Amino acid sequence: MARVIFPDEIEKLIGENNLMVDARVFRDVVTELIGRYPELKESSLDKMAVAIDDVIVVDPLLEPINSDSDIYFFHFVTGG
Amino acid sequence: MKNTNEATDASHYKYIGTRSIRPDGFEKVTGRANYGADLSLPGMIWGKMLRSPHAHAMIKSIDISKAEALAGVMAVVTYNDFPSVSSEIVATGEGTEDLLDLARNLMADGKVLYHGHAILGVAAISRQIAEQALALIDVEYEVLPAVLDVRDAMAKDAPVLHEKMYTEGLAETPNTASNVASVVELKKGDVDAGFAQADVIVEREFYTPTVHQGYIEPHACTVRYDEHGQSMVWCSTQGHFDVRATTAKLLHMSLSKLKVIASEIGGGFGGKTTVYLEPVALLMSKKSGRPVKMIMDRDEVFKASGPGSATRNWIKIGAKNDGTITAMQGKLHYEAGAFKGSPARLGGMTAFTPYDVENMFVECYDVVVNKPKVAAYRAPGAPQAEYAAEMIVSELAARLAIDPIDFRLQNAAKEGTKTIYGPKLKRVGLVECLEAAKNSPHYQQALKENQGRGVSSGFWFNIGGSSSVTLNMNRDGTGTIVEGSPDIGGSRASMQLMAAETLGIAAESFKTIVADTENIAHNDGTGGSRTTFATGMAVVEAAKDVIRQMKERAASVWNVNVDVIDWVDGVAINVGGSEKLSAAEICATADRTGGQISGQGNINARGAGPSFAVHICDVEVDKETGKVDVVRYTAIQDAGKAIHPSYVEGQYQGGAAQGIGWALNEEYVYNDKGILQNPGFLDYRIPLASDLPMIETVIVEVPNPAHPFGVRGVGESGIIPPLAATAYAVSDAINAPITDLPCSPPNVLAVIQANS
Repeated sequence: MARVIFPDEIEKLIGENNLMVDARVFRDVVTELIGRYPELKESSLDKMAVAIDDVIVVDPLLEPINSDSDIYFFHFVTGG
Repeated sequence: MKNTNEATDASHYKYIGTRSIRPDGFEKVTGRANYGADLSLPGMIWGKMLRSPHAHAMIKSIDISKAEALAGVMAVVTYNDFPSVSSEIVATGEGTEDLLDLARNLMADGKVLYHGHAILGVAAISRQIAEQALALIDVEYEVLPAVLDVRDAMAKDAPVLHEKMYTEGLAETPNTASNVASVVELKKGDVDAGFAQADVIVEREFYTPTVHQGYIEPHACTVRYDEHGQSMVWCSTQGHFDVRATTAKLLHMSLSKLKVIASEIGGGFGGKTTVYLEPVALLMSKKSGRPVKMIMDRDEVFKASGPGSATRNWIKIGAKNDGTITAMQGKLHYEAGAFKGSPARLGGMTAFTPYDVENMFVECYDVVVNKPKVAAYRAPGAPQAEYAAEMIVSELAARLAIDPIDFRLQNAAKEGTKTIYGPKLKRVGLVECLEAAKNSPHYQQALKENQGRGVSSGFWFNIGGSSSVTLNMNRDGTGTIVEGSPDIGGSRASMQLMAAETLGIAAESFKTIVADTENIAHNDGTGGSRTTFATGMAVVEAAKDVIRQMKERAASVWNVNVDVIDWVDGVAINVGGSEKLSAAEICATADRTGGQISGQGNINARGAGPSFAVHICDVEVDKETGKVDVVRYTAIQDAGKAIHPSYVEGQYQGGAAQGIGWALNEEYVYNDKGILQNPGFLDYRIPLASDLPMIETVIVEVPNPAHPFGVRGVGESGIIPPLAATAYAVSDAINAPITDLPCSPPNVLAVIQANS
């Protein structure tokens, strides 16, 4: 099972700072999270940055997830 | 300039790493390059904005009758002319923004929130008539008290800017409106336990003022609305696809009905990643039936475009006597300006990232005040937070009697360091930068009387994102690289060099053009130091696509399987025989072998190219006046691989110059009513060439494993260290702690006198 780690703002929303999910690609992660926590909206997850196994990926819908992957959500990063 | 290439052997590159002549240089020095204000169209009229003389006021009434009656006035546009928009978080060049805030920043909706807030726009047959018309408009205000600092804004009885804004991120949903838009926490380990292990703890609060990016070219656009077909925007922007998306969303237009063309750009530094004029100009054009040009005056640029956040940041760091940092904590307060969305969280994510420390905790406050809505400014949010953290790190090193570079080396982030925002760092070059700093001639040089030295580190992410490139080969074997990333820092030359290296064809054979939104697929904006990294990867993909097609054509000519074709130095070789065909020969006969050759590279660049910088600053302080002179400055930074070293050095020097200005002189000065007192370059003092020594540079190259040539972004990190490097040098020279920027003569003199 892959481990999903949330930032403070999502932790405050769902009461968890990490959880395990069974996922093959990142889309499965999002579907699983919204299924468990309807208060999490796809649009709000879409607006966050994601790192899968320490690689930051923008808009990672079909990114492969391994059974031991760590998936971090964090604040969207832009620049100047 | 020194190039410390410790980790790569660049000798196998033929084109990358060379200092080719910049392709846009001739046009720019001869004045032929076309900037935002340079396009005029037949029948064009001029638009101007009426701006608020107050920092905070209700608009009781607006009378436009006299203006509309003035001969030559073609259109008046107010907030009510915009299609209705509701609160909705949308992706913009700024990351994400609330669409309603974006609309209300373009034009006030019944309430002005800062000095210079746009109230309405007038379009007339000349700029002069438009200005005369503005003077004929009567606006009745009910002036409200203004809040100009996070302390005032967070006070219990503070005037509230937005009656429906409730603080997000609290454990319990508040029932009263607040100027605090959000509170976010970032944590790693246990800071209380970390501080319990510390032998020495230092804590202070630091202030950084509102500053402007200081780009030389003001915001400008020329637009033409066509309700039956294709509307057009020509503008100075870092991201014309973002201008299209935002403008179309605000005006309820289809993306396909709006073409945006990026002009040459005279500086942006993050400040040209959103819209201020374009949607208004399009509404004026729609109303008048004429093309419309708008140009901000410098005064308007300062008052009403997006500056960088002012901050009040408290930092506490503890360390053992042996130099091990045990805990780092921060409470960061960022001004967002009139609408939520400061880079407070980015400050929290970057403040301590140069350090491999187990225990960290940061609270980030996003606070609205009666100032213009902030915009990105090079590594948005990082300079302010890292300034405070680096000042404490240097002070701790002094208290522990450890060399400040050794102290940083002992605690430096490296591959595998877990960041406060979650993921671990991949291969990074902070240690190499610190070692280069320690070994630099500058660091070996002794200081003279009244001089001081500061050292500081800086970190930025350099995220990839979406880039699209087409590489069209010509019949003579030359090619045109069609990209969609506006060239701010020399990316056209870098794209040429990466195409040349991949194809084995001379860089001079390629021309790079920045296409409009109709002629290339979507590109994220030029920002966040992503362009050479991500668009460069798209160029490599397009070049590989061209090589694939070239090999197929050669195979078809020789009637052999493509698997036996090799591609070496721009030539197809039949490894099973002796035949060779150059790129020029293949392109010359392309029609006979299947049509013209064009490569495609449309990517969402995975990974990032995080870059660390380390700066050394020596200053001399006149203790009678408080005047500070920078006498020597060295900027050291990890470029991964410098595609074009001259441009990389230019980025380092530019970042250092802007950061020194931030540290020494730059600040928005408001009176107690919130009226900006210095909206011009005479009174807002950016460094001149005569103010600075030659900025020495050291390019460290620790290749980024996520890029085919090892590139890391270089545009952001270089503005982070100068604040603390310069301020700590002043502190060292006067033997007194500096907390508030800028270190302008009166401020420094006050610190000297307070400590004498």
